[in-house]
Amino acid sequence: MILISCPDCGARDETEFHYGGQAHVPYPEDPSTLSDEEWGRYLFYRENTKGIFAERWVHSSGCRKWFNVLRDTVTYRIAAVYRNGEPRPTLDGDSQ
Amino acid sequence: MADLLPEHPDFLWRNPEPKSSYDVVIIGGGGHGLATAYYLAKNHGITNVAVLERGWLAGGNMARNTTIIRSNYLWDESAAIYEHSLKQWEVLPDELDYDFLFSQRGVLNLAHTLQDVRDSVRRCEANRLNGVDAEWLDADQVKEVCPIINTSDDIRYPVLGATYQPRAGIAKHDHVAWAFARKADELGVDLIQDCEVTGIVKDGNRVVGVQTSRGTISAGKVALCAAGHSSVLAEMAGFDLPIQSHPLQALVSELHQPVHPTVVMSNHVHVYVSQAHKGELVMGAGVDAYNGYGQRGGFHVIEEQMAAAVELFPIFARAHLLRTWGGIVDVTPDASPVVSKTPIDQLYVNCGWGTGGFKGTPGAGWTMAHTIAHDEPHEYNAPFALERFSTGALIDEHGAAAVAH
Repeated sequence: MILISCPDCGARDETEFHYGGQAHVPYPEDPSTLSDEEWGRYLFYRENTKGIFAERWVHSSGCRKWFNVLRDTVTYRIAAVYRNGEPRPTLDGDSQ
Repeated sequence: MADLLPEHPDFLWRNPEPKSSYDVVIIGGGGHGLATAYYLAKNHGITNVAVLERGWLAGGNMARNTTIIRSNYLWDESAAIYEHSLKQWEVLPDELDYDFLFSQRGVLNLAHTLQDVRDSVRRCEANRLNGVDAEWLDADQVKEVCPIINTSDDIRYPVLGATYQPRAGIAKHDHVAWAFARKADELGVDLIQDCEVTGIVKDGNRVVGVQTSRGTISAGKVALCAAGHSSVLAEMAGFDLPIQSHPLQALVSELHQPVHPTVVMSNHVHVYVSQAHKGELVMGAGVDAYNGYGQRGGFHVIEEQMAAAVELFPIFARAHLLRTWGGIVDVTPDASPVVSKTPIDQLYVNCGWGTGGFKGTPGAGWTMAHTIAHDEPHEYNAPFALERFSTGALIDEHGAAAVAH
């Protein structure tokens, strides 16, 4: 059980939330122009990072808002929580 | 007494130093990697092969699964590969000359809602058309097969019936790995433990070797059989996989007298249970929701599966939990595996078996070996190529996979 700090409601148990997978995946601007390969990549391919991963959660049993989390997929430790629409924060030690 | 004890067995395989070059390098020394090596040698005569394992042989998901073997999947493509796999399970103890306690005690997949019943009956009919043994049992027949199931109608999700595959069963997972390992070793395959792959060496678009913690090894062909870490290896090689890695947990109780004669799975209340030969109740459920490489998950998942197990099997209420653990499963969008060529020449991938890889061990090895040997898929794995994620010809087995992905 991980403890997740909802930006609006504060720290709550993981069971109050649902997972949304990789964050920052925009809907294609003009889907009709995509090839089958490009559409398939949008539908089925997501990053599967081992390490710090930007991902979406929704506070289903609380405010019901989506937000983003930077979480280490090996230790499961949460490094940052930020609101929908905000850019991915830079962490100490980030190479970029 | 001491002289009555059997001799301690010799080592079952050599532990050779890696050579500088192999015809085929298989990354991942779990069940699938070992089976691939075995069938490369046996079916195709390719023996200049190394299996590289970053830890110890069969120490990943092969050591962590719940050992269920069955082939009652819905679609023709799945029935073909899983049934081929089951047929190999039936001959492998003799073929590998190793009694790994394959026990065909049957599997019940329970139905708890009207929709479950409809889907289950449909799946039984589809199975039978594909030559897979399957029958629909009503609640009373379920009780005859497995007397300890609570089939009363006053529980939250009453058992309305089940699909039954009598040829399904369980096997002793570590012995399976050792059986494949010993035979592959005898046929000339080098099994190299404590050898982590750190890079894939390419010449243009062709793979030519691997960098490892024990030096660079050149290879004519390379096969990825690394389950939860498949995406990490694919990234090293320069391509992507439609895979998400999740923790999947399982648990065992203390040892008990034999009480549970079959395997029971419930998609709806979400638990699967069998009783191992030693006597412990072996249980599993669905994956943890988030992506994870940590080989552990949340206790609330354990709690939910225990609640489901106790509702179905009131007799388990006072059994003590002995041990829980987690593995990393590689989940695809359609809950079907990827056994495929890749965008890189002479590089092949076997992954995406998700929560159901153990049963597929022989089928994965058989078809992967064929794909490597011929640079073309076997008819059984051709539908499981990466191309299906752009053609849209998915093989959706979320229903038959029996746990949430």
